Amino acid sequence: METVIFLIFAALALGSSLVVVAHKNPIYSTMSLVLTLFSVAVLFVMLGAPFVGVLQVLIYTGAIVVLFLFVIMLLNLQRTGRDDSRMAGQSLQIIVALGGAALFALLIALALSRTSLPPVQALTADMVSLKLLSRQLFTEYLLPFEIVGLLLLVAVIGATVVARRPPQADTTTSYVESTKGSEP
Amino acid sequence: MAGSTTPDLVATLVKYAVMFLVFINVAPIMNWVERRACGLIQDRPGPNRVGPFGLFQPVADALKFMFKEDVTPAAADKPLYLLAPVLALVPAFTTFIVLPFGPDLEVGGRLMRLVIADVDTGALLFLSIASLSVYSLVLAGYGSNNKFSLIGSIRASAQMISYELALTITVLAVLMAAGSFHLGDVVAYQRQHHVWNVIPQILGFVVFLVASFAETNRLPFDLPEAESELIAGFHTEYSAMRFALFFQAEYTNMAALAGLGVTLYFGGWSLPGVHVQGLPGAVLGLVTLVVKIAVWMGLFVWVRWTFPRFRYDQLMRLGWKVLLPLSIVNLIAVAAMSLAGWI
Repeated sequence: METVIFLIFAALALGSSLVVVAHKNPIYSTMSLVLTLFSVAVLFVMLGAPFVGVLQVLIYTGAIVVLFLFVIMLLNLQRTGRDDSRMAGQSLQIIVALGGAALFALLIALALSRTSLPPVQALTADMVSLKLLSRQLFTEYLLPFEIVGLLLLVAVIGATVVARRPPQADTTTSYVESTKGSEP
Repeated sequence: MAGSTTPDLVATLVKYAVMFLVFINVAPIMNWVERRACGLIQDRPGPNRVGPFGLFQPVADALKFMFKEDVTPAAADKPLYLLAPVLALVPAFTTFIVLPFGPDLEVGGRLMRLVIADVDTGALLFLSIASLSVYSLVLAGYGSNNKFSLIGSIRASAQMISYELALTITVLAVLMAAGSFHLGDVVAYQRQHHVWNVIPQILGFVVFLVASFAETNRLPFDLPEAESELIAGFHTEYSAMRFALFFQAEYTNMAALAGLGVTLYFGGWSLPGVHVQGLPGAVLGLVTLVVKIAVWMGLFVWVRWTFPRFRYDQLMRLGWKVLLPLSIVNLIAVAAMSLAGWI
């Protein structure tokens, strides 16, 4: 039963990620990204991290990809009409792709040969529970947790500073004037 | 994994069937309630031709939807256009799986919780699936190849992601007080303290209420469907059955979010001082939950026909500059009360 579910969602994740990179229409790419992230979230749940899976859906597909979609829709990108098969530098692309695949295969071979894998444990309710995760997060991993929060704050401030229009130096403008043209 | 044995699967299917039967009837009933209440508030009868008190109006509407001509714009992005209404229904009929609808039931010698998805991450699962409902709006507006639909869908998605934050933080405050993400534990917490969460967390409740109007695109936040401005907003180009799917999805989303609000703030399936066990207890729990959801839906309808619509910049300002800070204040207040031992 678990194998079947894993196979379905792994195939879905692989297939939709191919569509993400290969499709001409950016909106279809973004929706395929949604499918990829959702499938990966299911795989997270199967690995015994349901909280991570749910957060993946909530944050990634629920907010970040919506943002991607916004930007793509508002930029109104057309389908790429050019014939990509005659693009310059395509032979280099193929070489790099094959090289990457070879490197990956080498990595897998090394990992499988060098170390002995630990025995596979069946997931117990304790290992999967949220209480254990939250206890660890707030005791042993408190510093990384706080630093990540700070990092997000810095990112928000940075985005705000980069995106706002520079304030007028001479006269103070009313609220409506200052937000003119910055909302649909 | 626990919960994947055949009796567990059968139990889950039965529970889902029960909840599904409840939630599938929301749209037709609300159709009638909405139009009669509208009539009442506007001092006119409302539908009263089709059956006594117009009670068969939803049947007439369903027949109309089935037989109406399905007009599809020629230049619409077909796959996305066709996907959007279907995608609207998926979150609508999935979010209620974490709502408990009765006390623990003794089945086959084991105590089974009356929740379809008895997982640790209950309320968070609700919020994460609900956040997927943005996509149907976005795809509908984009796929229609219509300026008004596009504007409607952009407004809708901006509104939904803005108010999701305030909603999530108020939910977080309740979960923090209860000490668990599981909504069954939240109900148990309220029963244990003999007070519904709305009383100690009144600020959070107000924020949740306002945010729930915005999340479901109901007036005064229905700018995405602004009937007088955008024709019908993101679902302008949808006719007949496709529109019916959007319609159904909207009302079911309202009911699911009302279910969450009722479970978090008003004790869910439980009545104060009532401890009925077994199957009668389960039935009583389900009925109580449905009645409470009905009251909340009545509030949705009442507010719709009372208030004017928010302008877009007012809406965004309310979401980011008022509700979000208030929800954070609520979170801190609840944390303080929790530490002080008051709740």
